[in-house]
Amino acid sequence: MELLNLIEKIDQADPEFKDRISPRRDAIKNMTSFGSKVAIAALPVFFASLLKKAYGQTLSTTTVATLNFALKLEYLEAAFYNAGAASTAVQAGLSATEKNYLTQIQAHENAHVKFLQGVLGTSAVAQTTQGQNGAYDFTGGFNTTTNTVTNAGPFADVLTNSATFLKVACAFEDTGVRAYKGAAPSLLGQQVPLTAALNIHSVEARHASAVRQLLFGRGITIKPWITGANDTGITQVNGNYAGEDATVQGGVTITSLPGVSGSVSTNAATESFDQPLDSTTVAGLVAIFGVR
Amino acid sequence: MKNETQLFESGKLARRSFLRYAGAGIATAGVLAMGCHKDNPVTHTGIDIGIGDIGILNYAYALEQLEAAFYTQVASSPYSGISATETARLTDIRDHEVAHREFFKAALGTSNINVGSLTPDFSSINFADRTSVLGAAKAFEDLGVQAYNGAGYLIQSATYLTLAGEIVSVEARHASYIRDLISNGSFADNTILDANGMDQSKAIKDVLPIANTFLKTKVSASNYGYVSA
Repeated sequence: MELLNLIEKIDQADPEFKDRISPRRDAIKNMTSFGSKVAIAALPVFFASLLKKAYGQTLSTTTVATLNFALKLEYLEAAFYNAGAASTAVQAGLSATEKNYLTQIQAHENAHVKFLQGVLGTSAVAQTTQGQNGAYDFTGGFNTTTNTVTNAGPFADVLTNSATFLKVACAFEDTGVRAYKGAAPSLLGQQVPLTAALNIHSVEARHASAVRQLLFGRGITIKPWITGANDTGITQVNGNYAGEDATVQGGVTITSLPGVSGSVSTNAATESFDQPLDSTTVAGLVAIFGVR
Repeated sequence: MKNETQLFESGKLARRSFLRYAGAGIATAGVLAMGCHKDNPVTHTGIDIGIGDIGILNYAYALEQLEAAFYTQVASSPYSGISATETARLTDIRDHEVAHREFFKAALGTSNINVGSLTPDFSSINFADRTSVLGAAKAFEDLGVQAYNGAGYLIQSATYLTLAGEIVSVEARHASYIRDLISNGSFADNTILDANGMDQSKAIKDVLPIANTFLKTKVSASNYGYVSA
C-alpha cells in the first residue's frame, strides 16, 4: 500500500524515523491494527499527523524554495532529453550504446520531476511558468527580457546534431551536480529533503560521468571526472565550470598533501573534488535555456 | 572561504565542532537521531568513529582509507588483460582516493583520535582477475555513494556537508565508470537506483558491517547503532 511504502521510504532516508514518531514505536507497531479499524480514507490524515509529530513542521519556506529550484532544473533536463528522443536527426546520429545511455538518463530526469512534484505537492512550481509558456530554447538563445524562444543561441544545431546534443547534455549534467551540491547547505538538518537531494545529486554525477564516457567514445579527450576547470572544449560553457579547478578544499591545499609518489598532482586535486555553485550563479547560467 | 581556512587549521574546526556538540548546541536534530542509542555501552571491540561531525569525518576517513588501499593494490598489481585506458582511469581513481584519504587526515588533525591506520583485508579479492577486481571496485564505489548520502543529514556544519558533497559526486562518477566497464550501460541501472531514479542512501550501521568484511581492524559506530562483533 502507498502509505506503508512511503513510511518505508522515509525510514530509508531517516533510519530514526520510527523512533522519532514514537520512541517506543507504538505508533508503527499499531499501524496494522489501526488500518483495519479506521476507514482507509482517514489514513492520509493519520499520516500527515505522524509527519507533524515526527518533524514538528511541514516543509519550511527555504526548503520549498530550494526544492522548487531543483524542480526547475529537472524540468529543463527532462524536457531536453525528451526533445532529443523526439528528434529524428539526433536519434539518427546516435549509436545503439548512446541511445541506451540517453534513454536511461531521460527516464531518471522525468522520474526526478515526478518525485519533486510529489514532495512539493501544491507548492510545486508549474512547468508552464518556465521558458515561453513551458517551451525551452535548447540552443541557449532564450530572450530573458521578452521571455521568448529565439532558437538562435550558441548551440544552434543542438536538436539536429547528436554531437552538439551530447555536449549540451554534458554541461547540463555537470552543472546539475554543482547546483545540487550548492543547495545542500540550505537543507542542513532537514533530514528527509536533504537525503532526497543527495540521492538525486549522486545520480546526476553518475549521468555526468556516463555522458563524458560517451564523448570520450567519440574521440574527444575527456575523462568521466572534471580535470581542471572547463575540460569539455566548449568555450560557451566556461562559466558552468568556473572554479572547478580549485585545489584548496576547506583550507587544506590538496596539492600539498602526500600522493602515491610525491604530492597529489594538480589534475588529481581538481578531479577528486567537484565544486558547488550557488543558486544565483546557476540561475544565471541556465536562463539562456529558459529556466526562470 | 577564509573563515573555513582559519577554522581548518590544525583541526580547529574539528575541535570547535566537537565542543559545540558536547555543549549547549546538543538540542539539535542530530542528537535526536542519536538519543535513542544513548544507552548503548561505550565498550566495544575495534575502533569507534566517535560522535558528531568528527565522528562522521572519521567514518569517511575510514572508508577512504579502505578505497585508497584497494586501488593502490590494483594499480601496483594490475589484473591480466587490463587496457591502457583502464590503467589510466584506475590510476586516476587511486589518486582521487588517496587525495580524499589525505584530506580527511589533514582536516581531522589531532581529532583523528582512532581510525588512523586501518589494516585492510582484501583476501576475498583476486587482484589478477578483472572480474574480481572490478566487482570489488563497483561494490566499494556504490557503497561509498550510499554511505555519504546516508550520513549527510547527520552533518552539522555546512562546510563539512559541502565537502562531503564535493567528494560523493566524484565517487558517483567512479561508480558510473566502473559499472560501465563491467557492463556497458549499467552506470545507474535499477539494481542500484530506486523507482524514482535516485540513489539509495545507507545508514552507518548498515555500511560498516560491509566495510568491515574488508578490514582486519574492525570499525564500530556505537553512537549510531552499530558495534562490530
